[in-house]
Amino acid sequence: MSEQRFNIDVENINAEFCGSSTGYADERVLVSLERAQGFGKLKNLPKRLPVGCRRGGCGICRARILEGNYKRDPMSREYVTLEDEKEGLVLLCAIYPLSDLKVRLEPKCVKNVEANSQSLEI
Amino acid sequence: MALTGVLRPGFIQLRVLDMAASVEYYTKRIGFHVVTKGEDGRVYLKAADEFDHHSLVLRQADTAGLDLYAFKVRKDEDLDSFKKRIEDYGIEVDDVRAGEQPGIGRRISFVIESGHRIELYAQAEMSEPKPLIHNPDVWSVEPHGMRARRMDHALLYGPNIEKVLNFFVKVLDFECAERVDMPDGLLAIWLTAGMKAHDIAFVNHPEPGKFHHVAFELEDWKDVGNAADIITRYNISIDIGPTRHGITRGQTIYFFDPSGNRCEVFAGGYTYYPDHPTRTWDEKEIGRGIFYYERQLNDAFLSVVT
Amino acid sequence: MAMTGVLRPGFIQIRVMDMEAAKEHYIKRIGLHQVMEGDDGRVYLKAADEFDHHSIVLRKADDAGCDLMAFKVLDEETLDGFKKRIEDYGIEVDEVRAGEQPGIGRRISFVITSGHRIELYSNCDQSDPKPGIFNSHIWSVEPHGMRARRFDHALFYGPDIDGVLDFFTKVLDFKLAEKVQMPDGLLGIWLTCGMKAHDIAFVKHPEPGKFHHVSFELENWNDVGRAADIITNFNISIDIGPTRHGITYGQTIYFFDPSGNRNEVFAGGYTYYPDLPTRAWDERDVGKAIFYYERQLNEAFLSVVT
Ligand code: FES
Ligand SMILES: [Fe+2]
Ligand SMILES: [Fe+2]
Repeated sequence: MSEQRFNIDVENINAEFCGSSTGYADERVLVSLERAQGFGKLKNLPKRLPVGCRRGGCGICRARILEGNYKRDPMSREYVTLEDEKEGLVLLCAIYPLSDLKVRLEPKCVKNVEANSQSLEI
Repeated sequence: MALTGVLRPGFIQLRVLDMAASVEYYTKRIGFHVVTKGEDGRVYLKAADEFDHHSLVLRQADTAGLDLYAFKVRKDEDLDSFKKRIEDYGIEVDDVRAGEQPGIGRRISFVIESGHRIELYAQAEMSEPKPLIHNPDVWSVEPHGMRARRMDHALLYGPNIEKVLNFFVKVLDFECAERVDMPDGLLAIWLTAGMKAHDIAFVNHPEPGKFHHVAFELEDWKDVGNAADIITRYNISIDIGPTRHGITRGQTIYFFDPSGNRCEVFAGGYTYYPDHPTRTWDEKEIGRGIFYYERQLNDAFLSVVT
Repeated sequence: MAMTGVLRPGFIQIRVMDMEAAKEHYIKRIGLHQVMEGDDGRVYLKAADEFDHHSIVLRKADDAGCDLMAFKVLDEETLDGFKKRIEDYGIEVDEVRAGEQPGIGRRISFVITSGHRIELYSNCDQSDPKPGIFNSHIWSVEPHGMRARRFDHALFYGPDIDGVLDFFTKVLDFKLAEKVQMPDGLLGIWLTCGMKAHDIAFVKHPEPGKFHHVSFELENWNDVGRAADIITNFNISIDIGPTRHGITYGQTIYFFDPSGNRNEVFAGGYTYYPDLPTRAWDERDVGKAIFYYERQLNEAFLSVVT
């Protein structure tokens, strides 16, 4: 188990600061944020932290890396295309910190739906 | 009661992002066995308590989710009559040649109004390991991992659930064991082809063709608890549980495979007969219907799909 | 190994706001029996599998919470010995006369630095129902409700956990079976006076004298599942579970009595011996320590107390 710890700042989709977690180099960023939420350290979330599959498949934890370096697991290209990734979009459950990070939550992208997709927004 | 037409769920084909991690997960953790690997890289798996060639197909892809869900029908002629009934209903039917999947005969394949590909087939070879049939022991190979006994059912998310209900009941002769009616319409249906409380279920959802979970049956609540221990011990991502469904009464856990496809292991559930009434749930008690102990949906239930 | 000193948790006195609702909850749902009602209105309850006079005392009040937790010690001489040791440690000790609670001998009573009143006593009558002791059956009266077998332990919230740990280990001869150590200090301690993984536990909290839960032991995981069915069927407020604790290994449910006091029913837990090492958890895995399946604290765990 890695003892290397990093600070992770998180903003909600309106770019408001929500709080920080202590992330570990071998721990998914989303899991470290869940831990911070358990201790009541994340405020300003629209509802709760967007936690789904924690394995890069469902796209709910889509976010933008504002600062910092990370390494990554596979993520579904349905939710983060190669272009998205170049712009700094990731799935928080599929990345591990290599430095302190600053991240901003992004809405899940929904394909093949015309209207009435509100319920899918985080 | 003679069992005719569609007998049961046969196999499910899932997309995975990392084949090695997925094979390890479905074999060592769920407790399945690899039957064979196809030339195109697809991996075919089964539970040791199943006779048929395979019940789970994994395909490497860059997205997660469901490719298709196939039911086994009683006789080869059934395939022809179902093909006609489906076409008469107005849905296009493709033929899939025998051997497209190893051990499986010809299939008919079609996309229903929720955007999911459903298939029917009548012939399947048997494969090892399988249950013994002469002076049989309780198992042929020792159960391991979560001790899954079979691929049991799937829950799919998509639009036009009323039409899906109509199709499964009128064309495939399924029965609706339970349903959820919200003020703005039908939210969900649990459909059975036999005596289980469900073989396939659908929840109304704007995106077509989405996958909620595949379920594996366990022997009892004790095995459900053991599965929960395994899930944390091997750092498998949990969704919810151990808990119970008001709907079907199954004792259950939801969790995710290494690609984020939701899996369920469960035990129990009532016995359904075709003369039983449909059980119904409404907006007020839907939480208790889905998660009997929590009595409310979790954030993920209606939104996290692959 | 001779068992000396403090034997086990004896009884706990809980404040309830509606006595009738509380009696229905603890008797019909948890499965306890009423032994008697005192002149002052306090109600004395026990599990049918306990010998001693009572293990739960309900007192009507206008707030919820815990008045005191009492441990049974080996004999009167032990009681005198503890009185001296506690006073020498610098904590004031009150004497409570025999019969202040029916069936219970004299008690010594003191407030520890977390703000909780703890008591010790050595004499108590037995009461019915109790286990048979001659050619006896598994139970004397048929178990009902959640089939609780005994009052097992309690978890308290308050300040100065380090001081509490020092007192319980140095003065009352308890052992520290498990602890949670955060970067800013000790967060939780699980203390045992015998072979159970814990008899009392404390979590650090700014307000003194707060009550987190009282726990009842069940026979097995199947009974934990049945208890969860009862909780929803009778619309009892659920906190979390069925789940498991990484700490102690117990399989558990947390829920609330009609006054909002948290209850636990649980099964299992490892066996502790005084030569075993203390198990420790840190910030990173404290979620798993408390809720082994969810692996995260829920919002209520650190904040909801009475
Ligand atoms: S939680 Fe599903 S992709 Fe991150
Ligand atoms: Fe299911
Ligand atoms: Fe407890």
